[in-house]
Amino acid sequence: MQTVLLTIEKKVSLTIDNKKVRVPEGTTVLEAAKKAGIHIPTLCYLKDINKAGACRICLVEANGSLQASCVLPVSEGMVVKTNTPRIRQMRKNILALILANHNSSCPTCVRNNNCELQTLAKELNLREEIFEKEYSHHIDDFSPSVVRDDSKCINCGRCVNVCNDVQTVGVLGFVHRSDRTKVAPVYDKSLAELSCINCGQCIVNCPVGALREKDNTDLVWEALADETKHVVVQTAPAVRAALGEEFGLPMGTSVTGKMVAALRRLGFDKVFDTDFAADVTIMEEGTELLNRLKNGGPLPLITSCSPGWIKFCEHKYPELIPHLSTCKSPQNMMGALLKSHYAKMNGLDPKDIVVVSVMPCTAKKFEVQREELAVDGIRDVDISITTRELARMIKEARIEFNELADEPFDEFYGDSSGAGVIFGATGGVMEAAIRTVADILTGQDIDEVNYEAVRGVEGIKEAEIQITPDLKLKVAVVHGGANIKTLMEKVLSGETQYHFIEVMACPGGCVNGGGQPIVPDKVKMEKDVRAERAKALYYEDSAVLPWRKSHKNPSVQRLYKEFLGEPNSHLAHELLHTHYVNRQ
Amino acid sequence: MKQVHFITELFDKYDGRDLLAYLNAGGFTALKKLLDTGSEAVLAEIDASGLQGRGGAAYPTGKKLRQARAEKAARKFVVCNADEGEPGTFKDRELLKRNIYQVIEGMVIAGICTQSQEGIIYVREEYTNMHDEIRSAIAECYKHNYLGKGVLGSPYNFDLKLFSGAGSYVCGEGFAMCESMEGKSGRPRSKPPYVKQEGFLRLPTLVINTETLSTIVSIIKHGADSFRRYGTEKSPGTKLISISGKVNRPGVYEIPFGLTIREIINDLAGGIRNGKKGHFVQIGGASGGILPERLWDTRYTYEDLAKAGLSVGSGAIVVADEDNSLLDYLKVVQDFFRHESCGKCTPCREGNRQLRFIFERITNGTATAADYANLEIVLDVMGKASLCGSGKTEVVPFRTAQRYFPELFMTKETYAAKKAVV
Amino acid sequence: MKPELEQLADSVCAKYDYDAVNLLPILQEIQRLSVHNYISEEMARIIAKKLDITESRVYDVVTYFSALSSEPRGEVIIQICNSTTCNVNNNRDLIRWFEEELGIKVGETTPDNKFTLIFTHCFGACDVSPAVRIDDDVYGMLTREKVKELIAAKRGAGE
Repeated sequence: MQTVLLTIEKKVSLTIDNKKVRVPEGTTVLEAAKKAGIHIPTLCYLKDINKAGACRICLVEANGSLQASCVLPVSEGMVVKTNTPRIRQMRKNILALILANHNSSCPTCVRNNNCELQTLAKELNLREEIFEKEYSHHIDDFSPSVVRDDSKCINCGRCVNVCNDVQTVGVLGFVHRSDRTKVAPVYDKSLAELSCINCGQCIVNCPVGALREKDNTDLVWEALADETKHVVVQTAPAVRAALGEEFGLPMGTSVTGKMVAALRRLGFDKVFDTDFAADVTIMEEGTELLNRLKNGGPLPLITSCSPGWIKFCEHKYPELIPHLSTCKSPQNMMGALLKSHYAKMNGLDPKDIVVVSVMPCTAKKFEVQREELAVDGIRDVDISITTRELARMIKEARIEFNELADEPFDEFYGDSSGAGVIFGATGGVMEAAIRTVADILTGQDIDEVNYEAVRGVEGIKEAEIQITPDLKLKVAVVHGGANIKTLMEKVLSGETQYHFIEVMACPGGCVNGGGQPIVPDKVKMEKDVRAERAKALYYEDSAVLPWRKSHKNPSVQRLYKEFLGEPNSHLAHELLHTHYVNRQ
Repeated sequence: MKQVHFITELFDKYDGRDLLAYLNAGGFTALKKLLDTGSEAVLAEIDASGLQGRGGAAYPTGKKLRQARAEKAARKFVVCNADEGEPGTFKDRELLKRNIYQVIEGMVIAGICTQSQEGIIYVREEYTNMHDEIRSAIAECYKHNYLGKGVLGSPYNFDLKLFSGAGSYVCGEGFAMCESMEGKSGRPRSKPPYVKQEGFLRLPTLVINTETLSTIVSIIKHGADSFRRYGTEKSPGTKLISISGKVNRPGVYEIPFGLTIREIINDLAGGIRNGKKGHFVQIGGASGGILPERLWDTRYTYEDLAKAGLSVGSGAIVVADEDNSLLDYLKVVQDFFRHESCGKCTPCREGNRQLRFIFERITNGTATAADYANLEIVLDVMGKASLCGSGKTEVVPFRTAQRYFPELFMTKETYAAKKAVV
Repeated sequence: MKPELEQLADSVCAKYDYDAVNLLPILQEIQRLSVHNYISEEMARIIAKKLDITESRVYDVVTYFSALSSEPRGEVIIQICNSTTCNVNNNRDLIRWFEEELGIKVGETTPDNKFTLIFTHCFGACDVSPAVRIDDDVYGMLTREKVKELIAAKRGAGE
């Protein structure tokens, strides 16, 4: 018999700006005020990430004394005032102090018009910088993925918490104390020299322009202007789920058609879909799984699509390298195929092809530079840009994005299944793989393709799927460094055994990647970015695309028939598989 | 009655490190009294004494112990704050050096009274040369069952160890101290919850000053009445002061509350050196107030100092004479805070950055009216909006200096204009 | 990783059950036993791994606390108090004596890596101010002659 535990939530009554509010015990004054429709300004605070009470912008008067509302729990009978002359003046003065340590070069800052500090100065009606300016001039731009501009850093600590607590990478931290306190990479080194996994989660959580992606748009413009080059572009699934936000469209709007149209306007010779390569990945990785199941391992097989995860594994868990799938990521499979099969079909010299990838990811910039990801000295992918960089290019080219009519991808390499498109959300690779593996093992065309157990934003998802009477496939899906650490330690200790694990370095998978549009803190308080964007992908999978299984994609079928032969064939190995480096 | 020996009764009466000698001199009788009469009687005695915490906050010790006792948890801690970091303060150094056993006795008593079984003496790193002696005193107490399981055959267990700071003024603040004991940088947490509820390892923690612990022992031993024989109604008892600077006999003195600053300087510390004239004192450490010579007849009590905008603080008195410039002195104070601020919250981190610029210009004579206006703003933000008490009290020396030497904090033109009006 | 650094880290961490709560005493003890009186990058990395904490936490702590150093230092650390009492008592002569005797400025290390001379804040020796702390011992009421003797004694000590 089950005992049902009823926990009665204790409620607390308080007054905020003369409004009576009743909220559960443990609620902060900031949250209680929000419930009452009163919006207290914040800066260092970021829901689920940072609750330090450090910047002091969210000060309120609670029972007469000034307190930071983001960390102040409500208490019975508390009287809170959020908007008195004293508070308004104090907030302005605090903001002026912060600005004195900030390089306010707003017009040329990558975060111009999307900067929380700038917004705050506007909202608080600050009209003058009264204090003497002093800030560091150090810029670390050695990393291929992440640029840190110390002159803009305001010591809010969000990136520190993301890097240490959410991702457990631990390369960014506070150093020193007093007015020498700063956020810095460990040992004051460049991120390029450290075990940074290039995930870019620090960037998407930075309120200002202290962290940004390494901008490669100049390289793309240059290639597009070079008439001797055949420039093709591929877009990752998560890009279409978020690009619209850069143009004011609601979160979760799928903009595939407009994105393709915009890319054509920019001058790309062909616009292809990384989802095609995602389908190829399923063919290769699925086959690899089947082989490992047949040949006794090594199991679990662990996915290799996420370059952040790959570097994390190489630094922290080199003993797991044999478990990593040898498959290149879809980005690089695509590049390798374009420079071999596509070049051959179109009579092009691979040297004249420039492959540009648009990714939701900053780690892809590192990945394209990996030495082993080239065939005969020719890089699979030449330039990788993020969703944000693409948006900037579209704006710079003065294309009216929202006015564009939808256009389809170019044929063959633009064809994909729904399985390919859901790669962009956590659980998507797993679901896509199961759809194919189940068909192969049962020899049937299984109708049920929705594997709900592996969907959603829960940190570690586990499922057991009875594929055949003999095989119950035990799988896990994990995203975000801290969850990865928890799971991998269990795998290493033998505490849990799986056949197959999907790993994505970013919380929520690629939809919430470090290259995606930056969502203001206010929106993050209301919405789960990961879930909202994922909706766009599951919508395309279920309602837009004609095929929902990778092996049903007719272009993929043709690719194997006419070029690669079988999955995991000799040629497939040469082009589509790779190896890893112990970085410990 | 200038210097007294209530807390320091045993100073120089025995070799401060010898447990047997301590016992022969009447040591551990307070603990035995507690074991005989029980916690309630002892807490009542401490309540009756009117003892206020000697760490600076002056919170009633009896009340503090009762609150600690009321916290329910499987593990609770008592931490002796011997992180004496306020410049000009060295009285805990003397208590640790000359009567460590009384501190340990105080810890055992605090532990039993608050039903805590684990104690830590948090000694500043700067006192490393005393750490070994403290450790061996603890070991002696274990050997003779004043510490450990079933203290003196009672049902109470109490473990004690030394924790060394690593050089940080802010770690004298309860939460910063807890953070450092947890192996992190000493950046204070926000309150509530308070240290007493969720301190070290997020468990109830009583942080109590070395002098307070020593005083508790003497009060239990001699009774609240004998403590109240000294001092005033609102500031009962005695206090250890550390006096230094331009005096003939710097040192630690135990005084009854109620002496004037002038009496302390002249009668105890032997007056100002070389027959110079006094200029000002800073009372209570770097975060203490400045008092000009003309007000040295102020009595050293909580209430009289409060009226003058000052507080007892750490018990430090730094004496400056006519050769010392107040502005130079304040620049040194500011430099201290600038180095010691933990850097976590905006007001203290950025406020100290701006104070550095402003004091640089004030002391080299280039300060403008805008600098003095900004000084006002910075002090206002720091004093009211800082995260921890340390940040909030940093403004006291500047505020009191402004109060008593207003002419130093305005441009010559403003000063002339003001004078003309008068 | 250098095996001798591993060994040193292990010997100290083991004493503290490899529990990261004890990071401060672990770092202080390892620094004391390390060449050049500091926590090197390599050592910080080893400690982070042994205690299963991030490197950034180790580096944060090392740079936060003034008794810990991320930079190599001399064998003997001389700290001159630069706080209120010692300023009131005019510590400028004392500073000059040490600088002249060691041939370096405050903030520097002698070329033979024997001495590092730094400013510090009050270490509670105000009754003998102006005061200086040489490693763990405190000296006050100094004269030019005494400074000379102190340094000569420390110089001789290591040889």
